[in-house]
Amino acid sequence: MDNRQKEIDNLKDYKYGFTTDIENTRAPKGLNEDVIKFISNVKKEPQWMLDFRLKAFERFKQLKEPNWQKPKYPKIDYQDLYYYSAPKSMKDKPKNLDDLDPKLLETYKKLGIPLQEQKRLNGIAVDAVFDSVSVATTFREELTKQGIIFCPISEAIQNHPELVKKYLGSVIPVTDHFFATLNSAVFTDGSFAYIPEGVRCPMELSTYFRINASNTGQFERTLIVADKGSYVSYLEGCTAPMRDENQLHAANVELVALDDAEIKYSTVQNWYPGDKDGKGGIYNFVTKRGLCKGKNSKISWTQVETGSAITWKYPSCILKGDNSVGEFYSIAITNNHQKADTGTKMIHLGKNTKSKIISKGISAGFSDMTYRGLVDISSKAANSNNYTQCDSLLMGNKCGAHTVPYIKNKNSESNIAHEATTSKISEEQLHYCQQRGLSAEEAVGLIVNGFCKEVLQQLPMEFAVEAQKLVGISLEGSVG
Amino acid sequence: MKEQLQKDFDNTIRHLTLSQKDIEIKKFYLDNFINKGFPNRKEEDWKFSDLKQIIKKNIGELAFYSDYTSTNKVDTSAFVDGLEHNKIVFINGRIEKIDFDYEKKDQIEIIDQSETINKFNNNSSLSDLNSAFTNKSFKIVVKKGYQLLKPLIIYHTTNSKIWSKNINLRLNFELYENSSLRLIDLFRDTSEKNFINIFYNFNLKENSILKNYKVDKFENKNIKYSFNNIEQDKNSVSETFILSSGSNFCKNEINCNLNGKYSSAFVNGIFSLNNNKHHEIRTIINHLTENTKSYQLIKSVLEESSRAVYQGKIFVNSKAQKTDGYQLSKAILLNKDSEFNAKPELEIYADDVKCSHGSASGSLNEDSIFYLMSRGLNYQQSRELLINGFLLDVVEKITDPEVKNLIKNMIGIKE
Repeated sequence: MDNRQKEIDNLKDYKYGFTTDIENTRAPKGLNEDVIKFISNVKKEPQWMLDFRLKAFERFKQLKEPNWQKPKYPKIDYQDLYYYSAPKSMKDKPKNLDDLDPKLLETYKKLGIPLQEQKRLNGIAVDAVFDSVSVATTFREELTKQGIIFCPISEAIQNHPELVKKYLGSVIPVTDHFFATLNSAVFTDGSFAYIPEGVRCPMELSTYFRINASNTGQFERTLIVADKGSYVSYLEGCTAPMRDENQLHAANVELVALDDAEIKYSTVQNWYPGDKDGKGGIYNFVTKRGLCKGKNSKISWTQVETGSAITWKYPSCILKGDNSVGEFYSIAITNNHQKADTGTKMIHLGKNTKSKIISKGISAGFSDMTYRGLVDISSKAANSNNYTQCDSLLMGNKCGAHTVPYIKNKNSESNIAHEATTSKISEEQLHYCQQRGLSAEEAVGLIVNGFCKEVLQQLPMEFAVEAQKLVGISLEGSVG
Repeated sequence: MKEQLQKDFDNTIRHLTLSQKDIEIKKFYLDNFINKGFPNRKEEDWKFSDLKQIIKKNIGELAFYSDYTSTNKVDTSAFVDGLEHNKIVFINGRIEKIDFDYEKKDQIEIIDQSETINKFNNNSSLSDLNSAFTNKSFKIVVKKGYQLLKPLIIYHTTNSKIWSKNINLRLNFELYENSSLRLIDLFRDTSEKNFINIFYNFNLKENSILKNYKVDKFENKNIKYSFNNIEQDKNSVSETFILSSGSNFCKNEINCNLNGKYSSAFVNGIFSLNNNKHHEIRTIINHLTENTKSYQLIKSVLEESSRAVYQGKIFVNSKAQKTDGYQLSKAILLNKDSEFNAKPELEIYADDVKCSHGSASGSLNEDSIFYLMSRGLNYQQSRELLINGFLLDVVEKITDPEVKNLIKNMIGIKE
């Protein structure tokens, strides 16, 4: 009885913490050329793809793990991880959803992501990634009609090699930093989207990541290419079971926007954050980078970071095309022993480029939060503008909030403005809300939602609701 | 460089009367420096200014030994006119004169600390270099309740007798309860291509007030590094003003520990640069207890291919509730080759605080120029007026009227 109660309590804390009991196929433990060949082989990849991986692995061997970040973590033994794990039933890819393992369907149902298309009302095309493989992609036919390619990246490598070859690694090269290179060597699956010239994607595209197996690192790779004059809005969600040990998640996301194209990328990250004492949880070390390659292109990142034991990522924009625009909206919430070191990089290379950064950080409990960002206006980026605002909210004196912006201006015709504040919820505001009949916790929820509003507004409808609830849940127990 | 260092070190030691133990300590610092070398961009604090490269490019090989046996003639015409003041005169790194003529003799104590090596609250390689090679070091103590009548001006003069030399200076100040000191550092260089490495330590007891004005105004080709460590007790106030303009390269670092309640620190700075100059100000304000306050304002005007860097950090530990920390840096880039880099940093562990920073950089506002020109000024005049007003803002922050006027006259800012 006691145990049961405990279980229920646990679930209340992190409702996605269940595990799906499903048979797995795994690559042998450890990291070496054979494992990479194994992954490549399982995926039936062409030679050029294997070469790409091996090149990355060569480079990886020379790299040292970075150590400049604020949240420190125990050393990861990269040989003690499984680099490939897939549900056994996926070995021969099911042709349609009816062939899918019912257990898998059940999992996604529990997560609130129905894969059965007929049940969908609001029409979001979902690519669901379970451990190392993509299990289902919905609404494919409708998208194909418009010429949009939306499929797991492993399929894209088979069916659209010319596109993948051209753009994969063009934003995050194989010679990038430690975790990005590791991903290039061992990435297993992820989503690929290509929006052809002049097409406005009729629905939101979405990937849902789920880490299930234990001792597994998840290394997915997402590549989105928006051709001239196209538009796409992309959503990403993530959850993982509760486990005592830390799990590594090192994904790469590459966005390419050509002339006049726009990509909007939204993330609600809710990986398992570890328990109250900071045990377990996901290490979320993700590399996200967008390239505004063409003129008048635009890339916009929106993120709500509530999960993970450690979040360490800087979704960036390289504004190469003239008149291109980069945006970054972020809410990061840390509670208990969570740690986050997140922010963005805006690299202005083209003329008349604009960027905007709005970052809201909230830390409670024993957590630690850092905003770290770079705004770099190169000497050729004439007439460029940046506006940055980062605000932090602290709850209690056991947590920390830090701001570390790097600002480089090499062009006299360009302007950079940066503002940052750190404060706490004022007693007056709390008092006012409580006076009107809200409990302390509700009052905090309301104030925090108001604090985050600027960012929440940027999210697509379906996500905004979820995110707003998440903000409330994440801070539960941090008041008083 | 290692052999040069060793040789120059032996030479320096020979001319000092030190106990065996002190020599050992100095050796320890020397070894530390030999191991670390000059800081380079791989170190976070030197990310924007690679001193190793700068020295290599501008000076080449440095010599570390200076012959301090013969005295230099003190040129009295170089003294500041129209303001009565106490003096400390350094010529080529040799201390030539200490004079507190205007003060009560028993209220100020000057202690020669050359024989003892005191540890400095900094473990950078430049501090090691300084500890290994300083030959004279004084401690200036202002007694309880004494407020200096006149400001103290420290003349840092170098002349053409030295080149490619490294000069290390160190001074130690102790301000007892209710005392106050106004200190002006004035740099006058006719020498070229030297590296000057200055370390000051200030100890501020309860209710004491320190005002330090650093004026590097005159054109020269030297490379300078200056580090101020300020320890502050209850109710003490420190005010630092930096005019960073003359040298080829100059980095000012302020490390301020607000240890006592109600202590406050103010740092204001101006970069006025042209001609390939590269200057930096780095501040670290540590709020270590309740009810402390800090305020920083840094403004830059950058011409030609000059480069300014501002790294400011406000640290608030978990005990330091009710902290008030503010930081603002603004830069005007007048030429397309000029560059402004900033890293305003907040590291906060307490929740009941008010901390903010702002940073802005850009060109001169064309609308304002248009406005002034439509009132009959020509382009050049409008530009000067705007820059003048921009910088005046910082000079106006100087709380001492005498010094404010002196500095205004010196840099030709009109009201």
